Amino acid sequence: MNKKYRDHHPGDKIFFYSLRGISFLTVGIFLLMILFIGKMSLPALNKFGLEFFFINDWNPIAEFYGALPFIYGTLVSSTIALIISLPVSIGMALFVNEVAPKWLAVPLGFLVEMLAAIPSIVYGLWGLFVLAPFLRTYVQPPLSEHFAFIPLFDGPPLGVGMLAAGVILAFMITPTISTICREVFAAVPTVMREAAYGLGATKWEMLKLAVFRASVPGVGAAVMLGFGRALGETMAVTMIIGNVPQIKVSIFEPAQTMASLIANEYAEAETNLQLAALTSVGLALFLVSLIVNGAARFVIWKNKHKYKI
Amino acid sequence: MDLKINLKISLIAFCFFASQVLFICNSNADSQLINGAGASFPYPLYSLWFKTYNTKKPDVKINYQSIGSGGGIRQVLTGTVDFGASDAPMKDAELAESKFKIHHIPTVLGAVAITYNIPGFKEQLKLTPELLVEIYSGQIKKWNDPKILVENPTLKDAKNYIIPIRRADGSGTTAVFTEYLAKVSQAWKQRYGEGKAIKWAGGLGGKGNEGVTGLVKQNPGAIGYVEVTYAHTSKTPTAWIKNKSGNYVQPGMEEISLAAQGVKIPDDFRVSITNSENPKAYPISAFTYLLVPESMAQAKGLIFNDFLKWSMQEGQAMAPNLKYAKLPQDLVVRVQKKIDSLVYKTK
Repeated sequence: MNKKYRDHHPGDKIFFYSLRGISFLTVGIFLLMILFIGKMSLPALNKFGLEFFFINDWNPIAEFYGALPFIYGTLVSSTIALIISLPVSIGMALFVNEVAPKWLAVPLGFLVEMLAAIPSIVYGLWGLFVLAPFLRTYVQPPLSEHFAFIPLFDGPPLGVGMLAAGVILAFMITPTISTICREVFAAVPTVMREAAYGLGATKWEMLKLAVFRASVPGVGAAVMLGFGRALGETMAVTMIIGNVPQIKVSIFEPAQTMASLIANEYAEAETNLQLAALTSVGLALFLVSLIVNGAARFVIWKNKHKYKI
Repeated sequence: MDLKINLKISLIAFCFFASQVLFICNSNADSQLINGAGASFPYPLYSLWFKTYNTKKPDVKINYQSIGSGGGIRQVLTGTVDFGASDAPMKDAELAESKFKIHHIPTVLGAVAITYNIPGFKEQLKLTPELLVEIYSGQIKKWNDPKILVENPTLKDAKNYIIPIRRADGSGTTAVFTEYLAKVSQAWKQRYGEGKAIKWAGGLGGKGNEGVTGLVKQNPGAIGYVEVTYAHTSKTPTAWIKNKSGNYVQPGMEEISLAAQGVKIPDDFRVSITNSENPKAYPISAFTYLLVPESMAQAKGLIFNDFLKWSMQEGQAMAPNLKYAKLPQDLVVRVQKKIDSLVYKTK
């Protein structure tokens, strides 16, 4: 902003300073949170060291804590969610934006966005009473019968577990990803579509040539947001993941995530070390989100020149 | 510019201050407000108690937040609430930590009910403490295990695997259940221990009573433990447990009350009543307590004492409607004496 201009107009000045204050406040809150979580986790980190993040055990009675099974549970359940959700979200966005007639597109888009407004406890209860029995009866038995040679599907048909958590998370992140994808697709200039058509492209070829290539960074951002939401989701996952801190290859086995562990044990934690260990798990969640986000941004940034419009 | 920022800050400070003043005025206006927090198990009963007491004494308002026993204990220790509530008595270490004396007032009894889902089994499931220990430590894997058949011969065709369900969240219910298992089995005590959250052998964890009940209902072959009032209101089947005298007992309200009569109860009421000697007692029972710190302001304390006395008379009579087990009469007399002896030192 031009300095002279700024100094002469009180309205602009107030606007400038309040905006600056607000953005500093955001950064300040972020730093304070790290500081606070770090300080609260110190007793556990002092006792177990950095190994805390690699210990595969959680025993409140023996006071021996490690974050590994929860990091594993969080990453795997979120990845399952993303694998299911991404094609659905992109397909939905394309259908609503490019294919569907208007009378269908508008209510459909609205309904998808409405999915994001459902409270997570409702997703959780629905998962527990509808999704889990469905998976146990119709999905897991055939999978484990015919595909048991793949270790992922070799497990007990309990209904609840890693797979159920992944599916419920997929439901929850689909509106986020597909809504942003729609915005991204809509932002592609019409001239590019027209140019593609002008070259004799079919609709599919037009989408491939003009829309997809230009949208990769935007879709990447949508995926990051969705994945971030899946990493931190608490209530719905807790209801349905089975809450067993273990690392098993089979996605039918119960597991536990970082967020659900904290929600489960924090209120009734009995010792200071347990509280510190739980906060350290929070720190781990923070770090994992940071690393995942950073890595995704790096990949997009590295490949940016490929998708320049 | 500096002047403007100063003005801004003082404006914000003024607004904040003004709102605080308004808030304080409001709460002091005409009624005495007493704040409490703690256990969620007695919350339905307590909120009914406080509401009824408020209609009787309109100038006394008692607030209660059900944040869990651990939170209740922590808030009493830090003095952020006037009183607390806990399902398990405070430990000696926690009491030693406190700068003031904290009294335990038992209010009603709770119990842990064992619920199950065995397809095709229509009879009453009977379990011994040993069976419970072996089921939850994963040693007995199927419902037609010979050890289970000794007590439940009709289960011989039940081929389902047993899925032990437990609470995933830290909970007083888990504390009572594991305390019982540790009391009846040395092996359990050494291998798993007792507490609000422990490291389990396997099975599944559900969040809250509703999570455990949901998992039990969904999974054929599942067994779970829930707070008894929840089992009664959600009408889930409950197992009969063999008590210390060798009798099979259902988790009924009378059987739970009787658990308090087979155990010598000390003057501070901090005692475990699981595995009671009483031949008719349900063995997995426990007191739930109000935690009354001596540091409560005198004016509030006197009012609170009046409420406590009311809870021992009319309050007890209200308990069975909400499926809570009353304190036995001889204990009520002792608790009343204790309430009369409570003094508050803060002016």
